[in-house]
Amino acid sequence: MPEEAILREDPTEESREGMLIRRIQNGEHELFYELIRPYERRVFAAAFAILRNEADAEDTAQEALLKAFKHLRQFRAESRFSTWLIQITVNEARMRRRKEHAAIVEPIDDHQDEEGNYTPRDFADWREVPLETLERKEVRQKLAEALASLGEKYREVFVLRDMQHLSIEETAKALGISSASVKTRLLRARLMLRDLLAPGFGGSWTSKVSYAKGTKPW
Amino acid sequence: MVIGCEEVWREISNYLEDDVNPRLSAALEEHFRGCQRCTAVLEGTRNVVQLYGDERMVEVPLGFSYRLQRRLEGDMPGSRRRFLGWIVAAAAAVLVAGSFEMLRSSVSSHPRLRSEHARQATSIPPNMPVVVSAQGKVFHAPGCTFIHDPATARTIPVREAIQAGYTPCVRCMKEYLHQA
Repeated sequence: MPEEAILREDPTEESREGMLIRRIQNGEHELFYELIRPYERRVFAAAFAILRNEADAEDTAQEALLKAFKHLRQFRAESRFSTWLIQITVNEARMRRRKEHAAIVEPIDDHQDEEGNYTPRDFADWREVPLETLERKEVRQKLAEALASLGEKYREVFVLRDMQHLSIEETAKALGISSASVKTRLLRARLMLRDLLAPGFGGSWTSKVSYAKGTKPW
Repeated sequence: MVIGCEEVWREISNYLEDDVNPRLSAALEEHFRGCQRCTAVLEGTRNVVQLYGDERMVEVPLGFSYRLQRRLEGDMPGSRRRFLGWIVAAAAAVLVAGSFEMLRSSVSSHPRLRSEHARQATSIPPNMPVVVSAQGKVFHAPGCTFIHDPATARTIPVREAIQAGYTPCVRCMKEYLHQA
């Protein structure tokens, strides 16, 4: 599958990973951190996408990685190790959320019918945005807020596909939904984010890409 | 094949994924040429994918890696392995300190540290990514609010930062500073 081929990691990296997994399975447990270190940020991000709370996401990421360690023997090489880790993390985060189900209020958007058509708002052009704007904490903050305001089912798909770069199929597998649902939700998530961000990026956020000395907001 | 705006919106995500057949792709491109609104939607959606896909959007709390390592060490079975873990950590610290000392003694014209007021770090995992800037003297955890001159900031492994004479930020790297 071409998409998978593009996303597949460096083959030497993969065989190194396979070797590490075998050594850990044979008792060299101290190598486990080396194995998961390239993915620790992604594991946190997956937990945060579901829980939206840093402390809970960090605890969940730790729990998920411990669980991965305990069940490493069950890992089968037909799926990518990173996808397997994300799958465990998603399950762990969902379990935690169910346990603490009390006060999580989902945005109204979440209850919309995802099959219904979505009409993007009619904004003036949002031309190419230089990636350097991401150096600005306030811009990253605006992006994070927009993402957090999406309904959970859209946020999960968007984070796994567009931030963690899982394939459509891997995203579907990690979330236990069909590929068609991933595509529908992904479209909706991207359009909603564009609607949330276009006014800011079309105007004030991009007017000061670089700062003169002494004008930094921090 | 002529298509309307609503169909374009339905397919815009697949189009960005290159997941439409050649006939539909041609029809979409034809539509974009004549429709300013759909072009704006396409550009905006593409920007969303590009911005959020950037590594900088995945931020972890300060000290996340350190706490994770401690938790893994603490929860792994067998004290012998835990002991080995400490040996590995201690060896890494000695290596970092050793490479720093080597650099100091072998390059006499190199400034010992960029800041004479700095305190040295200890026990930092040598591959931990940190942020430095060209004119700065200290290295920071990504996202630290005390990074000077973010325009020249770059992310490098901590061992390279130490070799280049950078010292830990006293705020975000507090947990790694020498206890005097």
